[in-house]
Amino acid sequence: MSDTHAETAFIRTEMLGPQLPPVTERGVVKWLRENLFAGWTNTALTLVALFVVFWLVQLALPWWLNGVWNATSLGECRTIAGPEGGACWAVIKARWHQYIFGFYPQDMYWRPIVAFGLMFVALAPVLYYGLRSGARLVGVVAVLTVVSLAALDHDIGHVVLAAVVMAGLFALAWVAPKRLVYVTLLYPFLAFWLLWGGSIWKPVATLAGFGVMVLVYRLIQPRLGVVMGTATGFITACLYWLFVQGSVTAALAGVPPELVPVNSDQFGGFLLAFVIGVTAISCSLPIGILLALGRRSDMLLIKTLSVGFIEFIRGVPLITMLFTASLLLQYFLPPRTNFDLILRVVILVTLFAAAYIAEVIRGGLAALPRGQYEAADALGLDYWQAQRLIIMPQALKISIPGIVSTFIGLFKDTTLVSFVGLLDPLRGVTQIVRADINWKGIYWEPYIFVGVIFFLICFGMSRYSMYLEQKLKTDHR
Amino acid sequence: MAEAQKMQVSDEVAIRISNMNKWYGTFHVLRDINMTVNRGERIVICGPSGSGKSTLIRCINRLEEHQQGQIVVDGTELTSDLKNIDKVRSEVGMVFQHFNLFPHLTILENCTLAPIWVRKVPKREAEATAMHFLEKVKIPEQAHKYPGQLSGGQQQRVAIARSLCMKPRIMLFDEPTSALDPEMIKEVLDTMIALAEEGMTMLCVTHEMGFAQAVANRVIFMDQGQIVEQNEPKEFFNNPKSDRTKLFLSQILGH
Ligand SMILES: Nc1ncnc2c1ncn2[C@@H]1O[C@H](COP(=O)(O)OP(=O)(O)OP(=O)(O)O)[C@@H](O)[C@H]1O
Ligand SMILES: [Mg+2]
Repeated sequence: MSDTHAETAFIRTEMLGPQLPPVTERGVVKWLRENLFAGWTNTALTLVALFVVFWLVQLALPWWLNGVWNATSLGECRTIAGPEGGACWAVIKARWHQYIFGFYPQDMYWRPIVAFGLMFVALAPVLYYGLRSGARLVGVVAVLTVVSLAALDHDIGHVVLAAVVMAGLFALAWVAPKRLVYVTLLYPFLAFWLLWGGSIWKPVATLAGFGVMVLVYRLIQPRLGVVMGTATGFITACLYWLFVQGSVTAALAGVPPELVPVNSDQFGGFLLAFVIGVTAISCSLPIGILLALGRRSDMLLIKTLSVGFIEFIRGVPLITMLFTASLLLQYFLPPRTNFDLILRVVILVTLFAAAYIAEVIRGGLAALPRGQYEAADALGLDYWQAQRLIIMPQALKISIPGIVSTFIGLFKDTTLVSFVGLLDPLRGVTQIVRADINWKGIYWEPYIFVGVIFFLICFGMSRYSMYLEQKLKTDHR
Repeated sequence: MAEAQKMQVSDEVAIRISNMNKWYGTFHVLRDINMTVNRGERIVICGPSGSGKSTLIRCINRLEEHQQGQIVVDGTELTSDLKNIDKVRSEVGMVFQHFNLFPHLTILENCTLAPIWVRKVPKREAEATAMHFLEKVKIPEQAHKYPGQLSGGQQQRVAIARSLCMKPRIMLFDEPTSALDPEMIKEVLDTMIALAEEGMTMLCVTHEMGFAQAVANRVIFMDQGQIVEQNEPKEFFNNPKSDRTKLFLSQILGH
């Protein structure tokens, strides 16, 4: 009896201090044991994997190490590299500008470069709204832009001009980061003018359409409400763009400032990929949001239209759409509108991505508990306020990985435009390079080069999405 | 205490519900509801699960639509007219069982959002009001945290403060304590009692009978979508008339 008693009743007389875990449970040893050598199968797999990696590296390394940078043709490369062979990077050195700019006139490279630099300035407030990190980004981009201009452009005037503009923007980003949003809003028109050239009044006249929209909205909204205001504003603006803008532009033609026009068929390489990718990415997100909301709407017509659109687009391969679109869009638009090929492609890729984005966002919306809608309603927020302030911030946050995946896919899909005769970096430009008598027979190097650039861009997007997820993490679950 | 409470109740009608019916599809969830709530009254609604208590108070701010009869809140009848709905919603605050705070906003932002966007109050002023009410529910020091960092009881008090920031004239509570641990229930009930003592018109779905006895002017018992019995708390608990009420009371007070 007394024994059991002694066992059940126990009083600690001395408290134990914490001790280090045993050696096998600490540091590198623990990591190795848990991750590489846990059990026999795991150990065997580790060894096999190590062997495979070693074998691959051993196979490929000489080719990489023996790379030839200075040669004028593939044959010369082969001679220099000798019998063990080696990569012929000389082709990249000779033709890199085509991979970047396509057939864009060489003496005008400063225009896409400045447009590219300004793109990051325009992105800064979107990526880091109101933060000093935005200014840092602008600073780095400003320096890079000026340096690449100095290296590529022989007109010192352009370099100085770019330096002054960039310095001004950096100052703006530093002093009033939120003001940078105006640059973002103006950027599409500015970039259009820089890239395609022509009279500045064409983009300005297009911009005026938005002015018309706002003006009509301001006039209508107090009398007929938000919905009617938006609708009439939008329709008036569309009418303006279709029927009035042409004459405005024609009337102002020849009035300076003017840039030498560049045709769409001169665009190519990553310049083309960026024009299509960036435009489609920035337009598809708002359209996708509207489609997702439409799909969840109570209004039957809007719901049916959204569902029909999304399902149609998702059911048809992008290439089919690229092929047929040139025909179909011509039918729907007023006759004699000469529709630019790049613009057509951009519209299609945008719609294509929007359908996918809509579905991703719908998933985010469905993940929100009903209580969020009810709380917003109970507080008296109207539909758009609730969407903008409560629902979308949360739904978009949940959807970030899916949205960024779609964007990455979209960016890579821009290479498909080679099928409608545009010069994408992967197939279009490479074909031209390989058609050159000097580089005939080259195979790996151009693809590796293009692949690495695509990888860097997509990896960057992916990392940014992870940063964003971390930054927006407030639920502390 | 009872005297003092009665004095706060005015003759002015805050909510009038007459011959109201509601269906979910073909399911008749609320049947012929008639009730009047005077300004300053505190009403506790109880009843078994599925009896339609939540549905009833959600009809009062039109989170649910009724199909027959009339609901008049502060002189505004609830119809499909959006203007009326907005008006009623800005007069009526609601506290939910699961708090429904906005997880992506700080406590302070949760409290200032609706005043700024619905009432168009300047931000400074809205923040001052929010801090005032957060002090009232005794958590001003949490203002810059996110809802996920607070305990359930604290979150529910924030939810109450958030509703109060809209300066409502009527407050609806839908089982505000039933998702909480016992030690947190008291802090929320204390907040509600303080609110009652200031003369707020309150409709409260709850099974906290202690709370009902302490602050309610009237207890309404619902079953199968109908009001079965209503009475002053003392009478209701000590001397229930209907068999359904007796059974219900024996079940919830039994243990
Ligand atoms: N959206 C809905 N669609 C269909 N039926 C519903 C819906 N919401 C509730 N009901 C049904 O209506 C009845 C009343 O629901 P209600 O939520 O009002 O009950 P309650 O009294 O609040 O119950 P509890 O104490 O469990 O919260 C229940 O039978 C429920 O199943
Ligand atoms: Mg309920």
